[in-house]
Amino acid sequence: MTDSPLPDLGTRPAPSGSGYSDALPAHLGDVMVKLEGIEKYFDANHVLRGVDLEVRQREAVMLIGRSGSGKTTLLRCINFLEEPTVGWVEVDGLRLQADPLRDRSRRHQEQIRQMRLRAGMLFQDFNLFPHMSVLANCIEAPTRVRGIGRDEAVATAERFLDKVGLLEKRDEYPARLSGGQKQRVAIARALCMGPKVLMFDEPTSALDPELIGEVLKVMEELAHEGTTMIVVTHEMHFARQAADRVVFIENGVVVEQGPPEQMLDAPREEATKRFLRRFLTD
Amino acid sequence: MTVAPIVAQVTAARRGARRRFSAIFAAVWLALIVLIGGGMWIASGAEFEFVLRSGPVIVLQGAGITILVAALSIFFATILAVLGALARLGANPIINAIGSFYVSLFRGTPLLLQIYFIYFGLPQLGIVLPAIPAGVTALALNYGAYMTEIFRAGIQAVPRGQREAAEALAMPEQLVMRRIVLPQAVRIVVPAIGNDFIAMLKDSSLVSTITVHETLFMAQRIGRSAFEPIAALIIAGAVYWTLTIIFSFFQEKLERRLARGDR
Repeated sequence: MTDSPLPDLGTRPAPSGSGYSDALPAHLGDVMVKLEGIEKYFDANHVLRGVDLEVRQREAVMLIGRSGSGKTTLLRCINFLEEPTVGWVEVDGLRLQADPLRDRSRRHQEQIRQMRLRAGMLFQDFNLFPHMSVLANCIEAPTRVRGIGRDEAVATAERFLDKVGLLEKRDEYPARLSGGQKQRVAIARALCMGPKVLMFDEPTSALDPELIGEVLKVMEELAHEGTTMIVVTHEMHFARQAADRVVFIENGVVVEQGPPEQMLDAPREEATKRFLRRFLTD
Repeated sequence: MTVAPIVAQVTAARRGARRRFSAIFAAVWLALIVLIGGGMWIASGAEFEFVLRSGPVIVLQGAGITILVAALSIFFATILAVLGALARLGANPIINAIGSFYVSLFRGTPLLLQIYFIYFGLPQLGIVLPAIPAGVTALALNYGAYMTEIFRAGIQAVPRGQREAAEALAMPEQLVMRRIVLPQAVRIVVPAIGNDFIAMLKDSSLVSTITVHETLFMAQRIGRSAFEPIAALIIAGAVYWTLTIIFSFFQEKLERRLARGDR
């Protein structure tokens, strides 16, 4: 495994991982997400060590790797829940440079908000707003952030709640829902904002085993409908089913990437083989 | 052999034990009230006729003002506490220092002194407040300082994920605080605020010293003129106690309603 050196900001580091772009599946569109030289330090802890990643429109990319490898941090760097230390993030044409020293300037904050409008996020522990009904959860940001009228927001919310199979729960409070239902509401809530890409941070890790399937099913549908998705997951079976591409991350760098069959059945890198061997024999 | 009769017996026995507990509990309460209340009454050597004559006046006038003063004070104290907590949690060092100074000053000096200062001291600076506004100001400032710390803890107790989820939905900072964090913080602090309100009901008696016609003031005035000072104090005590019990009842209801979304 190679530690990439600190990238010179003026130049573009060579894409890391095995060459993927020469074998693009036909259904994919233009580049939707582009990460360049993302580095992240937590104090002295070097978590991301120069990550480059491109995600195309309609592509479903699964990030795999052991815990602590930096995959969650990478996701959180895309919508700036973590400000990267160095690097560029581009989503749907909005290009934003990491700016850890000026992260309180108003202009920078506004740009980060624009980035978040493009990149919706799902969390491991759902984070529905407990003091609001399911419907209120779904229309809160559309009405107050996007400025959409209430009627229209409700119609949109009902459409997406129906899509995740929970329309009849629209007036319930989150406390009355199971974990799987909560995560499906969270997906509907994110969709209501009309994001260009959906990011999932281990969306099924906090769920009881029997509830995982219902969430993965919704995600798989989204993937097959051509939603651009980046998913941090440990569900290898799901990755095989739904991923256009699997990306293996270790020690803060992309070690290897490729189509799921190749990545899961015939990885090239020793580190990937080691990870999968341990993971699949469990 | 069926188990059903045993199950029924166990259920019945458990219900019986619960009833017995409640009955004894109530009996002890009643006995203590009769014993201590009666003892105090005998010690006061008062005529019962005094209660009939003066009791209603103390209750109608005094209790009304007590409730008014306490309610206004808790209202303004809550506003001060939210502002204080936001100041203490903010990144602005000037605002933060002002909040910190406020809390320190009003927690560090006696409430009675604050009441005196606002009523007797401020006029020296040309600020003359009538008795009730002065009393409310002092109570609100004092309780606002304590409640600042309660609200601060409440805001910090809202899980970080809530803020992050709202931020990920592109909500700006102020909206996150107003719509997501504060409503949940309020729910967390309601029991503590309720306690403070109960305490304030009784601390409001301190404003009798600046001639606010609240319960204790009325009791002292009437008791003195009727030569029944102790009996009047007992009536005042009963008023405060009853108000506390009534408020506790509503507080419990409110907490249950606010818990609707919880767990």
